[in-house]
Amino acid sequence: MDDLRKRAKELLETSAVKVVIGYEQGTANKTRALFVEKAEDADCLIFDSRCVQNLATYVTKREVKDKGKMAITATLPVMRSIIQLASEFQVNDNNLLVLGITPESKLVEFKNLSEVETFVHQYQIEIDAKNKEMLDKIAKMTQAERWKFWIDELSPCFKCYACRAACPMCYCHRCTVDFNQPQWIPVPSHELGNLEWHIMRAIHLTGRCIDCDACYNACPLAIPINLLTKRMLEDVKINFGSYQPSIKADHLMSTYKPDDKENFIQ
Amino acid sequence: MAEFEPKIVAFVCNWCTYAGADLTGTSRIKYASNVRILRFPCTGRIDYMLLLKAFDEGADGIIVSGCHPNDCHYTSGNFHARRRWIMFRSLCDFTGIDTRRIKFSWVSAAEGAKWADIVNTTVASIRELGPYTEYKIVANNPVKEVSHG
Repeated sequence: MDDLRKRAKELLETSAVKVVIGYEQGTANKTRALFVEKAEDADCLIFDSRCVQNLATYVTKREVKDKGKMAITATLPVMRSIIQLASEFQVNDNNLLVLGITPESKLVEFKNLSEVETFVHQYQIEIDAKNKEMLDKIAKMTQAERWKFWIDELSPCFKCYACRAACPMCYCHRCTVDFNQPQWIPVPSHELGNLEWHIMRAIHLTGRCIDCDACYNACPLAIPINLLTKRMLEDVKINFGSYQPSIKADHLMSTYKPDDKENFIQ
Repeated sequence: MAEFEPKIVAFVCNWCTYAGADLTGTSRIKYASNVRILRFPCTGRIDYMLLLKAFDEGADGIIVSGCHPNDCHYTSGNFHARRRWIMFRSLCDFTGIDTRRIKFSWVSAAEGAKWADIVNTTVASIRELGPYTEYKIVANNPVKEVSHG
């Protein structure tokens, strides 16, 4: 990714951007986020198949935003997140430049976010075969089996909120779980509180989640919490048509159609 | 042992179903007394967390009811609510919460008889399903001791 390093250097030298967000070599053969503010540091930037963290998480963070205009190394899921964030007025052309990396690992620079949108719309959001199989397996269970499955899966969760921290869409300054009057979600690790927290997370991400799996990758216990959001994504497709993040679109859950179809209301 | 009496919580909107339930009373229609009615300004205000909390506090069944589509006092509250219910119900189903215990309905201020019918059928079906022990067992589980040793 020499061209990425070169371009980052140029951008910083000409002060076109103040910070370039990318990946660097971390410890134990892992990569981590890097914030380049000086042109000479741009050589630390890397990109390879290990770079799966969703960097869009950082563009809504105060401490990064306050540096000035940002440039971000963006893979396809990151670009999707950015478009969704743009539709929620969290980023715009004045504070973000996208250095896109295509699925073929080519660097493309976008002039503005609507170009990113056009690019992103070439690809459909597809749930991978392994997870699809898992979704079908759970759907085929009886209600009692599903209950047991999720209570068992979620019971080790100790609410470290790594899933929330890793998610680019969870940018609220105060999350519902941070409130204690009323205390919606019990704080200790308890099956019911855990279930409520994950239901809440999935509902808040309905129609916004772009299926990047950052939450699952961040989970220290590898709980398949991404299945909940994947299921919501499938339901959005079934009930409200295909889902693609778009800058101009209203958030799916804060809009409606008078002829939305359901079959359970008497 | 005495026969199981289901505990039903009804989340209703102020403008239609609450007035409808009022009409049921003034029309002197008899219906099951298992229902505790909670009045909300609009179905759009009925947060899904409230439904989960109702089960948490020991409800065996839930009724959610409001104005018919196009009749919302605030024009679109029930349309928004409907979208939310579609997604929430599906997620409940996916996580193994018993969706047979959550009844959604539209009851207008003129439908006193329909309200009585909704309550009666819900009570009958919950009576058949029995208490929601699955949820109660989990809700009453003590918090795990965590050792830091």
